[in-house]
Amino acid sequence: MTETDWIHAALVSARPQAMGALLRYFRDLDTAEEAFQEACLRALRNWPQHGPPRDPAAWLIFAGRNTAIDAKRREKKQAALPEEEQISDLDDVETPLAERLDGAHYRDDILRLLFVCCHPELPATQQIALALRVVCGLTVRQIARAFLVGESAMEQRITRAKSRIAAAGIPFETPGAAERSERLAAVAAMVYLIFNEGYTAGGPPDGGRAQLCEEAIRLARLLLRLFQAEPEIMGLTALMLLQHARAPARFGADGAVIVLEDQDRGLWNGPMIAEGLALIDKAMRHRRRGPYLVQAAIAALHARARRPDDTDWAQIDLLYASLELLQPSPVVTLNRAVAVAKVRGPEAALAMIEPLASRLSGYFYFFGVKGGLLRQLGRGREARIAFDQAIALAHTTAEAEHIRQHLDRLARDDDGAPSP
Amino acid sequence: MLYAILCYNQEDVVGAWSREEEDAVMERLAAVQKPLATAGRLGPVARLLPTTAATTLRKGGAEPLVIDGPFAETKEQLLGFYVIDCAGLEEALDVARDLARANPGPGSYEIRPLRLFRPGAMPA
Repeated sequence: MTETDWIHAALVSARPQAMGALLRYFRDLDTAEEAFQEACLRALRNWPQHGPPRDPAAWLIFAGRNTAIDAKRREKKQAALPEEEQISDLDDVETPLAERLDGAHYRDDILRLLFVCCHPELPATQQIALALRVVCGLTVRQIARAFLVGESAMEQRITRAKSRIAAAGIPFETPGAAERSERLAAVAAMVYLIFNEGYTAGGPPDGGRAQLCEEAIRLARLLLRLFQAEPEIMGLTALMLLQHARAPARFGADGAVIVLEDQDRGLWNGPMIAEGLALIDKAMRHRRRGPYLVQAAIAALHARARRPDDTDWAQIDLLYASLELLQPSPVVTLNRAVAVAKVRGPEAALAMIEPLASRLSGYFYFFGVKGGLLRQLGRGREARIAFDQAIALAHTTAEAEHIRQHLDRLARDDDGAPSP
Repeated sequence: MLYAILCYNQEDVVGAWSREEEDAVMERLAAVQKPLATAGRLGPVARLLPTTAATTLRKGGAEPLVIDGPFAETKEQLLGFYVIDCAGLEEALDVARDLARANPGPGSYEIRPLRLFRPGAMPA
């Protein structure tokens, strides 16, 4: 890694704090972004010469403010030179600035920044796109690639999101304690949306989508540093780490989905799993179960099983039962049915999901699970109908291909080999 | 003499490394470790999970207090350590210099002589 690489890493990690503070100062996303970009350019010129600053975020905030002020002066045709030398004298200006920007300030700035991005008036896709642009600093091209849309379409989407926010008028005052925890929940939900955008849509891990998962984990770690005693943020971080740890095993060389049972567990990312398990352990001591933590605990039971047969399905069933209480949803019940099938057999599981049919009539996984259960019960004809419905609802070719394999297996069943 | 080389760096920056950046650093560090291992002078090398995964037992009151995380407010965090066998401080410093070259950016290595209290009995 060269020096420039290190500077790049420092700019990435300072971005949320610096952007948050510049937004508080300028109260306009575009101005804040331009100021940040200009500050980064200055950093690239300045840091190799003078060495890295003690506090990169504070340096960038200062430089960003200066730049925008310079720009205003130039507009007024006053001959003011950029105050390059002034920011170069690191300790003179940086130390008092860094002291004034205490942790509490940073914390509110980043929350506010994330909160602006998950403005309730924006549809989820715009929230995510805006957060990736503003908080994470991904380029429009990177975001467009991740969402599988054209660059100009994504540019438009982001511009529209920004003007909506400008029109809505965002309060910039420091939020109170109650508001803050409310915001934290919204922010956590958005971080998880970003993750899911990368995770569920599938595709091999080296595609643009894996980057979304990594950005979401980075944001969660950042939130966790700000809220170190929040069990739900521990749970959210653990959940994403444990799910992303499986990424190298989730797709075959041909891009086809490999289900959990068939994955090569040796490919799972050990350090990510270790970090996830450590966070769950810590969070459990708080005796305050939230939906993220419970889902993380379920993922942990899969991660802990050396072989698929070692999976503690009874415990998973119990955890899903508590998730049903915390966050009732037909999808949760559907997931629970998979565990129930392992513990009490396919018949019990089928009885459990049948009442969900009307609410999940457009849900790919419902028909996938239903088909699998019917096949286990030897009801091949009904299983085929369910799988056909699943294929019709598949979002990606990998999903469709996976169901096609089930249909092939069904055809083989018909050839005389009884299903297990 | 056994020395611990304690690795301090900014967790924010190290945590923002991409997979490729991380792999490149690890490869260069492995190159520094290899001759030490071959010579039988390399003890445990440990990487600490992020400070957010830490729990602290703080002594003081009648009952020790358990808190989440070290709540590190310092610029640099202890992120890992080596145990190596060296003839003396100069040699340990040479190893730390090699590690520093292999690992980019700021940060520091604290070299602390140590006495092995128990050899340990964990399987590798």
